[in-house]
Amino acid sequence: MTIAPFSGFGLGLRKPHYAEFLDTPIAVDFVEVISENFMVDGGRPRHILRDVRARYPVALHGVSMSVGSADGVDGAYLARLRALVDEIDPLFVSDHLSWSRIEGFNSHDLLPLPYTEEALDLVCANIARAQDALGREMLIENPSTYIDFASADMTEWQFLDAMCARTGCGLLLDVNNVFVSATNHGFDPIAYLDGVPHDRVRQIHLAGHSRGAEMLIDTHDRPVPASVWNLYAYVMPKLGPVAVMIERDDDIPPLAELLAELGTARTIARGALREAA
Amino acid sequence: MSLIELQRDMRAWLTSEDAVAAARFGEAAAPGLRVYQNNYRAQLAACLEESFEHTRDWIGGEAFHRAVVAHVDRLAPSSWTLDAYARDFPATLEILYLADPEVAELGWLEMALGEAFVAADADAVSAGELGDVDWDRATLRITPTLDLGSLTTNAPAIWSALATGEVPPAVEFLPEPGAILVWRHGDVAQFRAIDQYEHQALLSVRAGMSFAKLCDLMVEAFGQEIGIARAGGMLGQWLADGLVVGIAT
Repeated sequence: MTIAPFSGFGLGLRKPHYAEFLDTPIAVDFVEVISENFMVDGGRPRHILRDVRARYPVALHGVSMSVGSADGVDGAYLARLRALVDEIDPLFVSDHLSWSRIEGFNSHDLLPLPYTEEALDLVCANIARAQDALGREMLIENPSTYIDFASADMTEWQFLDAMCARTGCGLLLDVNNVFVSATNHGFDPIAYLDGVPHDRVRQIHLAGHSRGAEMLIDTHDRPVPASVWNLYAYVMPKLGPVAVMIERDDDIPPLAELLAELGTARTIARGALREAA
Repeated sequence: MSLIELQRDMRAWLTSEDAVAAARFGEAAAPGLRVYQNNYRAQLAACLEESFEHTRDWIGGEAFHRAVVAHVDRLAPSSWTLDAYARDFPATLEILYLADPEVAELGWLEMALGEAFVAADADAVSAGELGDVDWDRATLRITPTLDLGSLTTNAPAIWSALATGEVPPAVEFLPEPGAILVWRHGDVAQFRAIDQYEHQALLSVRAGMSFAKLCDLMVEAFGQEIGIARAGGMLGQWLADGLVVGIAT
């Protein structure tokens, strides 16, 4: 893997906070944006992203690449993303271990894959094609899932390990997603965090979730809960330099609240690393 | 089950709640399938709610919700961007509100404003660049942000009132069908109601017709004096609007 390590703390850049990020220096080491929001032809979103990029390193985080699509990744999508990558020179380019598109249908959701050898072959081929098109290695994020396929040949962390080894991609480890999927499917989140290839983790997402009628739902609409902070504290000493961020997509609070949460992430990381030493 | 069969089954479940397809996931998958079904529909509904705020204000929340449900049942998303799902909603409104054409026209206006906001950048021609233009040979390049729709009602006035929090006027039908143009000047998406002559003129000029030929057609339609005056008036308006982004001679 050739993705340069980066150590720092950042936030997902969301519309209610654009003005503050452009008007005053904000105490973050990087920001992450949703790639598709800026893969537009022109207009204000692209201008804003250029201005933000002039002030902060930017990570591009996608939701529509669909590396799990059985009919392959979309070449036109990759070309559009490549143009944005060339313009922004992002810290990372990431997307999810999931699928959303098949035969002209796009669900706009991160749909689950059975962790089979067939899926592994397909995902690796799709990631390889995407990395070729983008001219760089990607980070792939572990998803929150709501179906556990009986047909699976391996665990999700075994799948991620094999995927990284075969494609050279890195990992965006979403600690909240680990907790949500572990709760929904009854696996041990510690086994998961022990099992992922630690040397491949370049970025961490921290977020909140909510309790649905039958399972936990990855809603990103509330502060990071203690359960997720605990897992974060557990995994941090195992990792090398990593970019940590708070991901909030709904019920977005004032920026000061998110910065306070990011302060908690810094404090926990310092404590966990000190304890491990 | 192969991966492609599984993904086709998931599509069938999401788009039409196909119980046979869902059953192939196994009984244990039922709660998860319900989550994905809910996420799918909620995501599409949220996209339409955000894109058609004033259309919703006009017809009311419950009626808008029924229109959203009808649209989601009628059409599955296909683009890489969720924003594109808004493009076909005005067509659904047209079907649902045949007797109230202002509803689909409001919807089209909101959709077009959203599209113009992120259309390709192009700098408008300034007055200072007009000095040396040979108008006998000039061809205008129109902004790539331009979109044109048909108009039969006072939907633009209704939209403007709703956007500024004023009481909207009652629906009125235009004396004769017209059109509406939507474009972006700088960072601001704009619109203007126009008559059929300007509509045709803009379509022709955008397709590459020279300004001299446009003048000839206007003279044919209105006579020498009025035709030339109208062509000149349109050109002045287009330049003031920032619609002209290049002049080739």
